Amino acid sequence: MLREITLGQYYPADSVIHKLDPRVKLAGTMVFIISLFAFQSVESYIVATIFLAAVIHISHVPFGFMTKGLKSIIMLLMITVVFNLFLIPGTPVCKIWILTVTKEGIITAVSMAVRLVYLIIGSSVMTLTTTPNNLTDGLEKALRPLGKIRVPVHEIAMMMSIALRFIPILLEETDKIMKAQTARGADFESGGLMQKAKNMIPLLVPLFISAFRRANDLAMAMEARGYHGGEGRTKMKPLVYQQRDRMAYLILLAYFAVMFAASRIGFFAGLF
Amino acid sequence: MNIIKATKLVYEYLKMDEEGNIESRHKAVDDVDLDVQAGDFVAILGHNGSGKSTLAKHINAILVPTEGTLYVDGKDTRDDSKLWEIRQSAGMVFQNPDNQIIGTMVDEDVGFGPENMGVPQQEIWQRVEESLKAVGMWEYRSHSPNRLSGGQKQRVAIAGVVAMRPKCIVLDEPTAMLDPNGRKEVIRTVRELNKREHVTVLLITHYMEEVIHADKVIVMDQGKIVMQGTPREVFSRVEELKSYRLDVPQATLVAHELKKAGLELPDGILSNEELTEALEHLRR
Repeated sequence: MLREITLGQYYPADSVIHKLDPRVKLAGTMVFIISLFAFQSVESYIVATIFLAAVIHISHVPFGFMTKGLKSIIMLLMITVVFNLFLIPGTPVCKIWILTVTKEGIITAVSMAVRLVYLIIGSSVMTLTTTPNNLTDGLEKALRPLGKIRVPVHEIAMMMSIALRFIPILLEETDKIMKAQTARGADFESGGLMQKAKNMIPLLVPLFISAFRRANDLAMAMEARGYHGGEGRTKMKPLVYQQRDRMAYLILLAYFAVMFAASRIGFFAGLF
Repeated sequence: MNIIKATKLVYEYLKMDEEGNIESRHKAVDDVDLDVQAGDFVAILGHNGSGKSTLAKHINAILVPTEGTLYVDGKDTRDDSKLWEIRQSAGMVFQNPDNQIIGTMVDEDVGFGPENMGVPQQEIWQRVEESLKAVGMWEYRSHSPNRLSGGQKQRVAIAGVVAMRPKCIVLDEPTAMLDPNGRKEVIRTVRELNKREHVTVLLITHYMEEVIHADKVIVMDQGKIVMQGTPREVFSRVEELKSYRLDVPQATLVAHELKKAGLELPDGILSNEELTEALEHLRR
């Protein structure tokens, strides 16, 4: 049962978006999120919608996968909408019991909801089209300047990629320990929350011990193969910008400019 | 030429109490002299706790001797400035295949060692290809290591060491966690490397069948080298091997028992084929 958990949510497909340099995708996601919050007009939301739809279309990832991420924020979304709807003062539209819905409230609630939804879908596009490892590589390279202020960028990236490699192994191990302990009469199913938490002890203790042992072994194996930090290290698969990556940056720039322009036109502004 | 030369090597484990005072000393490796010639296939046998793994870790400079000296490819392992050179000339393969694969893809893992050495990118790919082909895992280059069998994982680990172009490979019980098929796979790979690429091999194991092709067998017990010689020499001393709690290959054991029962068989029979031949000979 634990084997079925897939890490990250990479959706393998052959598309331009998949092939883009992870740094471009990281930057793209950042630009998209910033643009959502910086420009707030109906026009800019339309532009953002078109942009997002176009990216999703060329990524060859089914739209259903994009919206999967929304499930986790549905509560947050509801709360935001409800609070905005009822608690923003302004011109009253209608009254429900002691709560007044205002025009300003509706506008804020809707724009908040749109922004949140787009934010999640936008970042889903990134995680769905980039392998976790590729993402780690991209992060390492993008954050390299932070190394100057003594942020251990290489080490963090190395830890992330090792964690990624060991998650399936530890999951398998959890499964094995669970079976072994069940065979000895451990009960992981019944009882209240407290009891259940307590029942986890015979699972977690051996798991932790084995994880530490593995970490020790791995550290030794890495040292034996000459690992001594990021210094003087070459890359087997270095990230190099291609023509398409430069194009993507240009498109991003264009998108941002259009968003900026759209927020200035104010064509629909008179409506509200 | 001696690729590994140990003189009076001692390694002590200290047992400390809670205040950090030394409670007891335990000599895991005790007064070991070891000479390994370049290109040799040397097997080290020993029961659990005989100090064979501790000795192996010295060769890669993971541990440094408490007393005595160890030279690997002419470099003193206590010299910190030579540490990375030593690790490059003496690669090490460990017991648990899962705990020594770093990459999330087979080729990435094989490239890990060369990456650490600062090898240029073009050459890394060349080395990865060569070493994966040498262990017969080239077709699996873009697989996730998690989906390979134990024997395959161990071959990837060997390729990872080979890609660093070491003069010597130390294998610390590489087959202990494998099934019989995986064991054969790994031993065959190691032997081929030794024969074709002339890499010095130091194989640590407690499976006797794996060492009958070695050039030299060393038996360790309680930190000391107690027997050494060619497999034939060592395995002809069946009673002595038994006293070190080691099993001899089945054919050798049968021959030994038959000899005790009065048959005139030669000493040091290692394989089933040899035993049948000797028996045929006797019948005629």
